[in-house]
Amino acid sequence: MHIEIDEISKQFGVTAALHPVSLSIPSGALVALLGPSGSGKTTLLRILGGLEFPTSGRVLFDGQDATGLTVQERRAGFVFQSYALFRHMTVFDNIAYGLNARPRASRPTKAEISRRVTKLLELIQLPEVGGRFPSQLSGGQRQRVALARALAIEPRMLLLDEPFGALDAKVRKELRQGLRDIHDETGLTTVFVTHDQEEAMELADLVVVMSMGRIEQVGKPQDIRARPATDFVRDFVTA
Amino acid sequence: MSDATLQKGTTARFRSATEESPLARRALIGVAFIGLAILVFAPLIAVFAEALADGVSAALRSLANPDALDAIRLTLTIAAISVPLNAAFGIAAAWFITKFDFRGKAFLITLIDLPFSVSPVVAGLCIVLMFGTNSLIGGWLVAQGFPIVFAMPGIILATLFVTFPFVARELIPVMIEQGRAEEEAALTLGASGWRTFWTVTLPNIRWALLYGVLLCNARAMGEFGAVSVVSGKIRGQTATMPTTIEMLYQEYLSVAAFSLAAVLALLALLTLLLKTALEIRHADQLAATHRH
Repeated sequence: MHIEIDEISKQFGVTAALHPVSLSIPSGALVALLGPSGSGKTTLLRILGGLEFPTSGRVLFDGQDATGLTVQERRAGFVFQSYALFRHMTVFDNIAYGLNARPRASRPTKAEISRRVTKLLELIQLPEVGGRFPSQLSGGQRQRVALARALAIEPRMLLLDEPFGALDAKVRKELRQGLRDIHDETGLTTVFVTHDQEEAMELADLVVVMSMGRIEQVGKPQDIRARPATDFVRDFVTA
Repeated sequence: MSDATLQKGTTARFRSATEESPLARRALIGVAFIGLAILVFAPLIAVFAEALADGVSAALRSLANPDALDAIRLTLTIAAISVPLNAAFGIAAAWFITKFDFRGKAFLITLIDLPFSVSPVVAGLCIVLMFGTNSLIGGWLVAQGFPIVFAMPGIILATLFVTFPFVARELIPVMIEQGRAEEEAALTLGASGWRTFWTVTLPNIRWALLYGVLLCNARAMGEFGAVSVVSGKIRGQTATMPTTIEMLYQEYLSVAAFSLAAVLALLALLTLLLKTALEIRHADQLAATHRH
């Protein structure tokens, strides 16, 4: 799905989290929103997911105005920073949550839900953990379960907030490849937020460098490295 | 350093930094037990001993008295009405305070705590002033045949006021600690707000809710001050267990007073037992939800 961000701004009280920003994300791209904390990258991601509403501007999905769509109507697979798994449910029930939440008419049968959850557990290479609780998983496993839960709703796009932030370096590298594989397999337009320039450069097709609520530069990783548009970008990507 | 002393050093049991010496530990535990014995166990035993001073049959006879039975019935009815109401109010207040950002939040939290700092007698007097026959609202309500003061609605209002903070106070810290991420996750997965509440929020707060409800219940059954002001203590009509106990005691009917007091204490012990049983039964879930 093609995402168009048209002059979006966001005010929290008197502080501006986003000055009007515009961005076009081609269908099927893997995009990194890169910037230090307070740069507005998470706010932009939450606006795409419908968790936050812009003060002004529009969001277009495949050319259709989606600004007023509720979070449920967006059908965005969202992976939260600390994963936000439902701690009182098993991994299986976590992944099945979105399917069970559908209105009766479009809800799959129990057997179908079970089949899909099993398939997703295989996709994230954790076929054995369905019966466990989130507290019994390692950080890397939790992240993959959160990804499977987001994918279960057959989302129109995948949004990830610092998906590797809470993991150690080795697991981080493995899961980067995991996300790349899942993206390539599903072909979903994927946007992830990170403050780690190496991660953004290595994983993304398109990097959006942000600072102080503004977009500093948009480009392919090698282009940003070769031709930083501003002093901020130069400092940030060489740091 | 020789090998022998090194070995001795490593095999000796080391204390962790936060652990006290055995002597200090025993002294602290001793103080706690003595305190509990003097302040909790001894009075409890005294209540039962006084109740049974003239034998079991005398105690049971005093409880079979219609006034005593009415008092028990009234107290249970009031708890049955006010506890669910305050559970609902408490959940709503905690939800509002923890899931939304708005001006005056701190003020609202202070307001919720108000019943803890106001003397119950004052609370009772406020209700009498608001709804008594001489007040505007009270006069009108009495004319409609719906008196508040010296009747059941007044007792319920007083109980609601006094027990209002219990559920909200238990829930607010738990809900603040848990944050909003799980609710947001449920919403992005397509769940409605209502479904999110029942399947995500409520299961996450159920233990705090249970503690709040149990405390609320204990206080609702035991409340004396506010209720004694608004109820008028009409025997067989508006006299609750605590007010009846006080009246019996004033009339030197000590067996009757302490028998009823023993029943009240037993009801409290029953709630504690219920709580412990639930904790044991769901120990695995408790562990799973509390670890991070």
